[in-house]
Amino acid sequence: MGSPPPEVLLTVTDLVTQVATPVGARNVVDGLTFDLRHGETLCIAGESGSGKSMTALSLMRLLPRPMARVAGGRVLLEGRDLLALDDAGMRQIRGREIGMIFQEPMTSLNPVLTIRRQVAEAVAAHGGVSDNDAAIRARQLLDQVQIADAARRLDQYPHELSGGMRQRVMIAIALAQHPKILIADEPTTALDVTIQAQILALIRRLQAENNIAVILITHDMGVVAEMADRVLVMHQGRAVESGTAREIFQRPQEAYTQMLLAAVPRLGEMTGTILPKRAAASVVADPVGGSVVKVRNLNVRFDIKGGILQRPVKRVHAVDGISFDLGQGETLALVGESGCGKSTTGKALLNLVPWSGEIEIAGKDLAGRSRAGMKPVLRDIQMIFQDPYASLDPRMRVGDLIAEPLVIHGLATGSALADRVEYLIRRVGLSADQMKRYPHEFSGGQRQRICIARALSLSPRVIVADESVAALDVSIQAQVLDLLQDIQNETGISYLFISHDMAVVEQISHRVAVMYLGRFVEMGTRAQVFENPQHAYTKNLLAAVPVPDPARPRRAYVALDGDLPSPVKPLGHVSPPLYRRELGAGHVVWEREPARL
Amino acid sequence: MLAYVARRLLQSVLILFGVSIITFALLYILPADPARQIAGRSATAQTVDNIREQLGLNLPFYQQYGRYLIGLVQGDLGRSYLQKTEVGTLIWSRLPASLLLMVGAIVCELVLGLTMGMIAALRRGTALDKGLMIFSFVGVSAPQFVIGILLLYVFAVQLGWFPIGGYGTFAHLVLPSVTLGFLGAGWYSRMMRSSLLDVLRQDYIRTAEAKGLTRARVIFGHAVPNAILPVIAMIGIDIGLFMSGIVVVESVFGWPGIGQLAWQAIQRVDIPIIMAVTIVSAVAIVIGNLLADLITPLIDPRIKLR
Repeated sequence: MGSPPPEVLLTVTDLVTQVATPVGARNVVDGLTFDLRHGETLCIAGESGSGKSMTALSLMRLLPRPMARVAGGRVLLEGRDLLALDDAGMRQIRGREIGMIFQEPMTSLNPVLTIRRQVAEAVAAHGGVSDNDAAIRARQLLDQVQIADAARRLDQYPHELSGGMRQRVMIAIALAQHPKILIADEPTTALDVTIQAQILALIRRLQAENNIAVILITHDMGVVAEMADRVLVMHQGRAVESGTAREIFQRPQEAYTQMLLAAVPRLGEMTGTILPKRAAASVVADPVGGSVVKVRNLNVRFDIKGGILQRPVKRVHAVDGISFDLGQGETLALVGESGCGKSTTGKALLNLVPWSGEIEIAGKDLAGRSRAGMKPVLRDIQMIFQDPYASLDPRMRVGDLIAEPLVIHGLATGSALADRVEYLIRRVGLSADQMKRYPHEFSGGQRQRICIARALSLSPRVIVADESVAALDVSIQAQVLDLLQDIQNETGISYLFISHDMAVVEQISHRVAVMYLGRFVEMGTRAQVFENPQHAYTKNLLAAVPVPDPARPRRAYVALDGDLPSPVKPLGHVSPPLYRRELGAGHVVWEREPARL
Repeated sequence: MLAYVARRLLQSVLILFGVSIITFALLYILPADPARQIAGRSATAQTVDNIREQLGLNLPFYQQYGRYLIGLVQGDLGRSYLQKTEVGTLIWSRLPASLLLMVGAIVCELVLGLTMGMIAALRRGTALDKGLMIFSFVGVSAPQFVIGILLLYVFAVQLGWFPIGGYGTFAHLVLPSVTLGFLGAGWYSRMMRSSLLDVLRQDYIRTAEAKGLTRARVIFGHAVPNAILPVIAMIGIDIGLFMSGIVVVESVFGWPGIGQLAWQAIQRVDIPIIMAVTIVSAVAIVIGNLLADLITPLIDPRIKLR
């Protein structure tokens, strides 16, 4: 408390940013005012459409032209109004005074230029640096952002680097000219949690070392709690509330902030309970007796072809010998990081990828089934995908989309069909008069509801939900999760819930299987896996999840341990055996080395 | 890489075989009778029959084609019916002129097309953009003989800047190259415009701007190398377009290349020459596509040839 707060570095006053729409200009940032002090971290938090990214782009004057423009306000950086500068003057600010990193590490680097060129160019952007010096500094920067094997990485192209590494390169570029301010727009949203933890810790460390002020834009309240000194909550282009991280989390004043915090799933919030959050006591999952899905020794391999005759030369072991059962009315969550094979497993259950092993859905063996042969099986198993925007045909009306499975399977016609569709659309919380509309007229959350209605139309016994809430804002996410659980209580449907989000998984699942490189490393009930994790990887994964509680001590810098090992193996490769260790009551761990007793 | 080239060449042999059999069959069904052409108008039926027998034109299709194929495999393109010389020699002597014309056309369409496309994209929505796009539309849609004659009239007849026809100096090359490249320039400018507009919306352009780079460095250092990729892929296909274009352009400008040779041969049903020009064209298209595929990974590191 005692020491005076550091000096104000950046003052934003009454910022108004407009986007052109068919019905005229719309204010996406509407009279925003805030300060940024030397060396502090200001988190701008909000859901999609809150105007937080537009704010960042307005400060840098990088708004997409000609659709968006700053319509008013002042942005004072140490006395200079950035909005009044000419283009050449603004260029002097970019990189030099303010560095910026973006959400998508996959697309934010130029695919046809080497890392060396892109980093060195940032060093030399404003001249006065020889090529040689720029190259040396590029090397130092990569070391600074903790990229292993920096010398080799410099000569590589972006596509040869993992997402986490690319984001490190982006940070190196942003810091190349020693800016006073770093704007990070959702810098870890596209990354796995363990990588996210590393990147956040890296930003914190570099910030402390170089006394940089950070504006961190995020939708994730966990990230806010991990990073923020002060928080600005935005909603519909306006500041709803601002204050220190502690104030916002512990004593939120505004109803919107309270709602936002309440919707955030908190890891560990379910400790001490056995059933999922909304599970009805009457429906008891029975994994042993009535298995709806039975998977034994499932393998999915993709050949990589090469040579003159295009024969397989290598093989991707996407799923490597997993077995599990899914009981009636049960939710089994498959968790793991990108590339672990969880989505591929889901696809194999619908025969969408070539697989070997045994799969049985509701008593029907899947082996050797053709497309037509799958039809009866698909009555019992349906899928909901991640991206609600891409999984609905934009040229079909919503009612027809929901009716289509029923028509294909010849289960209903005429008024029976209409009644069933109306029931389904109401069941997922939409109204019957919306049936005549097209998908683009709905929001992301509503579209996911439509996808759920479509999946439910055949009254399947299992739904594979592949990252089905990952693309949604937290408040919407909570509603969709509730809906899924209510449907389960009502119908006794089973879910194979595929997700990377541990907090979401904790809320919805009866049992959890942790996947790593195509294999299970741990499986058990929710309580077993979350409260008593045994495998090192599970522990890692749980530890990396940002917790929305600023009072919790922030984690020190996590040393990098390189990338995931590759699942690409030579042809005859046989994966080394894992030792199965039973901990009782269905809790199983698979380890590299036999347990020492 | 080597395996890739080997496999592509193997495929090419199959393609060439297909082209040769289809062309041969088409010429076989053709109602025109080469023997009568050779014999001349006053020849007796007996003479015509003799010639037909001599050339093997009385044999069934598979035998005729078999004989041709055996020669072809040994590098023998046969003898011209009318010019009484080896077709190989004829083609060989005329190929350099055609290749020169094609190089000129490629340079012309790249320079003209890329510049117009870039200007249009960077001045999007202005009168300049619209003007250029109308101009390119003319390039895409106007027949080559019209453009050729128009250019001849304005620049050779009226202004006298370039010779009316013939072969030999750089000045002779300009008008035929522009005529041949005009169509491609039209396509390229449209492709370059949309490709560059697309690239300018990409995240990495924003990254480059956030570094504080000048607009020129953002455009030429970051946007253009990406925008040009789809255009490069087009060049291979273009060589095929050229092959049909040179027949017209060489005739208009009196350019002594294989296009002119083909035109004369078609009029006189000189089957060995028609066959040879077709096969040379097919080879050119195959090589053009292969080159385009080999160049792309040099510009785009994400593409690996397998």
